[in-house]
Amino acid sequence: MSHYVRRFSRTERVLHWANAVGFFFLLATGLILYLPSLAVVVGRRPLIQTMHFWSGVGWVALLVLIALAGDRRGLKQFAREVDRFDRDDLRWLLGRRPAPQGRLNAGQKLNVALTAAFTLLFLVSGLLLWFGERDTRFRFASTVLLHDGLMYVALALLVGHLYLAVINPTTRHALRGITLGTVDTEWASRHHPKWRRE
Amino acid sequence: MDEAPHRIGRGVFLATVAGGITSLLWGKTVWDHVSRAVSPVESLVPLVPSGGWRIYTVSGSLPGFDHATWRLRVDGHVRKPVSLSYRELLALPKAEQVSTFHCVTGWSVKDVRWGGVRLRDVLAQADPLPSAHALEFVSAERPYVDSLTLEQSSLRDVMLAYEMDGRPLSRAHGAPLRLVIPEMYGYKNVKWLAGINLVPRALDGYWEQLGYDRDAWVGRSNGYGA
Repeated sequence: MSHYVRRFSRTERVLHWANAVGFFFLLATGLILYLPSLAVVVGRRPLIQTMHFWSGVGWVALLVLIALAGDRRGLKQFAREVDRFDRDDLRWLLGRRPAPQGRLNAGQKLNVALTAAFTLLFLVSGLLLWFGERDTRFRFASTVLLHDGLMYVALALLVGHLYLAVINPTTRHALRGITLGTVDTEWASRHHPKWRRE
Repeated sequence: MDEAPHRIGRGVFLATVAGGITSLLWGKTVWDHVSRAVSPVESLVPLVPSGGWRIYTVSGSLPGFDHATWRLRVDGHVRKPVSLSYRELLALPKAEQVSTFHCVTGWSVKDVRWGGVRLRDVLAQADPLPSAHALEFVSAERPYVDSLTLEQSSLRDVMLAYEMDGRPLSRAHGAPLRLVIPEMYGYKNVKWLAGINLVPRALDGYWEQLGYDRDAWVGRSNGYGA
């Protein structure tokens, strides 16, 4: 009997890490543009702005390319999993136990749905900022608030995600799943019993 | 089990996207209300870093400032070209005001305390010629420049500021001297001021050459409030 069970496909993992690398690069360049203390130290605003914009466009393009070139059927199945919440998922969100979870628990599903929405909103508001600087038709007084606000909520989500993925002892084993693809069978049965029963 | 699953993931995604996109229309109004509501305690619990300031520059680095060598030159259509040292500038009558700073990209900083000199006190020394109808403000940050008509520059709360919030203007905010005209968007408030040229008419400044309005009235220009 195998000791490990495959949780995430290669496409899912590549997508996750492309998203992570892009996000961290955009966060770093974005904070240089946003925080006066960093802006003063680094300078070179036009260059940083150009890097931030094009890496943002490249980031989304890369995610789309990976999805298109990868296991599309698997991603559709993944999207279905994220979409569907059964009664146990709702109980799980309300903190009621027992609430046996599938391959993705309800919190992970919410995280995926929100992260996908944030990515789209980052793209739209970023494009509006870029083109609004060149044409008043794309200029809205609230664009910069949306872009900054997204940064704050995405950052909060990321902090929670990192805590659960690398610090919290009972959940951090999941890191193995998103890097190597497989997780311990016994851990999976405890945390994702419905998935193991499938 | 199992009852039919609830389709929540897609709902969360769509609701978040819809909320985000529509916030382009209501975001600033709501934010203004929130920041007004918390303004009494904002010094204790800052809502955003650095009071909401962002430092916009157009070149590779921020101009430096040397007390000993810095000069403000007033030139052009004047009878007596002037070159003021930092000390001479501080010796002029001091003006103070509290005003809100609006950036054309949508952020604002309320109640900024400025200290500096009124433009007329500087211009009086140079004795403008009748042919001068506008002022060109030249920044030490090349090639940043912008201009105001004489009429715009004589608005009551236009100032050349060397202090911000009780402290000497920091390098990030244009040390040692910047133009402040609260009625207009930030890009008219030239930082790192090095010279003022009196000219026959207002010319397009740095951002105006890139399509921004020369008369940058807050809420009434650049596609806003049209």
